Amino acid sequence: MAAEPQSQPAPLAGVHVAPGPHVQDVSFTTRRMMADVLIGLAPVMVAALAVFGWYAVLQVGICICSCLAAEYLFHSRLRGKPATLGDLSAVVTGAILGLSLPWSAPWYVGVIGSFAAIGFGKVIFGGLGMNLFNPAMVGRAFVMISFSVVLGAGAYVSADVPGVLSQATPLTAGKMTATVTELWPLFVGNVNGSLGETSAIACLLGGLWILVRRAGTWDVPLAVVGTVALLAAAAQLGGIHPSLTVLHHLLGGSLLFGALFIATDPVTSPLTWKGRLIFGVFIGVFIMVIRLFSGYPEGVMFAVLLANATVPLINRWTVPTPLGGPVPVKK
Amino acid sequence: MSAHVKTLPGKGTFPRGIHPDEAKELSAGAAIEVLPPPARVEVPLQQHIGAPATVAVKPRDPVTMGSVLGTASGFVSAPVHSPLAGKVAKLGVTTLPNGRHLPVVAVAAEGEQLAGRELWDDIFGGDWPLDRAEAFTPEQIVAAVRDGGLVGQGGAAFPTHVKLARNEAKPVDTVLVNGCECEPYLTADDRVMREAPAPIIAGALLAARAAGARQVVIGVEDNKPEALAALRGATGASGVVVQAVKTKYPQGGERQLVLSALGRIVPTGGLPLDVGVVVINVATAAAIARAVLRGKPLTHRVLTVTGPGIARPANVLVPIGVSYQEVIAHCGGLRPEAVRVVSGGPMMGLAIGDLATPITKGTSGILVLTEKEVRKAEETACVRCGRCAESCPLQLVPTRLALASRHRDWTVARRYHIQACVECGCCSFVCPAAIPLTQLIRMGKAMLPKE
Repeated sequence: MAAEPQSQPAPLAGVHVAPGPHVQDVSFTTRRMMADVLIGLAPVMVAALAVFGWYAVLQVGICICSCLAAEYLFHSRLRGKPATLGDLSAVVTGAILGLSLPWSAPWYVGVIGSFAAIGFGKVIFGGLGMNLFNPAMVGRAFVMISFSVVLGAGAYVSADVPGVLSQATPLTAGKMTATVTELWPLFVGNVNGSLGETSAIACLLGGLWILVRRAGTWDVPLAVVGTVALLAAAAQLGGIHPSLTVLHHLLGGSLLFGALFIATDPVTSPLTWKGRLIFGVFIGVFIMVIRLFSGYPEGVMFAVLLANATVPLINRWTVPTPLGGPVPVKK
Repeated sequence: MSAHVKTLPGKGTFPRGIHPDEAKELSAGAAIEVLPPPARVEVPLQQHIGAPATVAVKPRDPVTMGSVLGTASGFVSAPVHSPLAGKVAKLGVTTLPNGRHLPVVAVAAEGEQLAGRELWDDIFGGDWPLDRAEAFTPEQIVAAVRDGGLVGQGGAAFPTHVKLARNEAKPVDTVLVNGCECEPYLTADDRVMREAPAPIIAGALLAARAAGARQVVIGVEDNKPEALAALRGATGASGVVVQAVKTKYPQGGERQLVLSALGRIVPTGGLPLDVGVVVINVATAAAIARAVLRGKPLTHRVLTVTGPGIARPANVLVPIGVSYQEVIAHCGGLRPEAVRVVSGGPMMGLAIGDLATPITKGTSGILVLTEKEVRKAEETACVRCGRCAESCPLQLVPTRLALASRHRDWTVARRYHIQACVECGCCSFVCPAAIPLTQLIRMGKAMLPKE
């Protein structure tokens, strides 16, 4: 029956065919999502500037530049892929890495951390979207292990600089010397710590922007903060490190920074809201285990990395059932 | 039809879905025009899902409007009829927008043709009694619908008599008439509802009689207040419920509409019939009334010609088998900036490359897009943001399905239920990385090895 069509298609100048759908929402792109994360980081940056001054600008600047250089070197030069600097993902990684470092870290820590973040954290897996672990946290873990002295709890404290920089970080103080930090400085950020973590209010403001713009999802931060609050309450009742109350655990350390800016990285979190809730609970549990029972005062970085490793498993547990039930098996 | 249902269990909406720019204002205000009879039509022998019709005429046979050109060749099949008076010109082959090469019967017009107002009156005009359903047996209605060559005019073109025939194992309690027209741009159903509500109600009542349904519900998106008012004004004492549902794509998908209007979930791999519902399009309902009450087959349909790339957007009543070219010419032709001609709507329509192709019973519109609207293919990496999953009305994870299809990973594709996808296009629409998700999943479904 079917033979060649008799009429040859009339050539239509400039009219082409393509499979549908033929229209697309162009108001939201991956680049825009990354830009929203950077906008969300702005208040954190401002708070870091207020507390640490030019140390903050220098550290974050070094990391962003190094991440861009690493992305260009590893992705475009070594793998011969088209340039991806414009998608801003390397800038986000650099900014988060920089803000997670102590003000006192020497310049080469940021550089090496950035190259490890982009190289081992991202490009080695195949680039953006393929990585299993949060790149910034991979970079930070790398330098943390490589330079334990300049990144340990002691590195934050400097007797030469007046003000908060001569004091121990709130969690270290609470854990090691049972010193109770006042809550108000913890909330506004007038305490010692990594560059981006000190101000709870700045993290909340920036995080709100990310959630409103849906550059990150609400479920992960909710689960992380909720889990930490519950476990911190249990610890307080159980008398473990009693100088750290629930609010100290929530406002101190990098909990809010981590929950809102690091754990929300979509690439390294599960696909569905159910999975993301489980993921958030995992992070919260890991954080509290490290904070309460390990030698480290803080555990957000290792908690995120550990939870990242469980994401493929969580995705398997949470394959959603189609609306009408599973596809019937043909008999 | 005694049970008069006042409230429906559905919530008027369904989970997820998207809100694309409706763009209906281009043509929604334009009253239906009647295309002047063309000199020639090419009627494809298969315009429906199922077996093609068997050709019933020879070249040079005289035909009148409504003459059978091809007869149904099985239960799931439909006959085709001539929309013109004239002579059979030749038996040829054409390529439809879906890529199938199909035999066609060409008819050349000769002598006097029904045209203009007379044609309108013949198809939609006159009196449409709402109390005649009981005068027919279900078998008579099904036979008239089958002989009239009726197929679903919403797009999928499933033979209508198959839906209406009673099935002892699966009783039907509701006929749901689909007036959602959720595809952006399209307004043909909207105009038919506004201008000819009576045959829709009459046809829906006949369909209910045939299928044994006790309630008739007409679901219309709430962005069509005039259509809702016109239908409500025409229901009389028939007990037909006109239900406004939320404007959201793909509200007009039958799974979504059954859930929105009736609160029932059609099982995956099943049909609305599995939950006691028969869904028919509004234009199909009107065609049922015409086939049963007047004994006239489906020879014409209303379609929307629209988009920024067409000179004069309009809603046009056209004979089935007329070429896209002629309908476009009637609407002033393509603008120079036109880059894509789509058969149907922008979400699920098919792009066409040959305007000599004939319009079929399932053609709901001709959409001409310019560079500004068409999807740009600047794909970037998936960052697993999950927007596709948040938009999927079937609760799937499109990114997994699409990437598994791209990598031919059928284990993952099956684990994430690829067969449940209806290709509505929501995921491709929202994807911030511009990944052609629907397109890849469609390919994956086609390539999926049999178990």
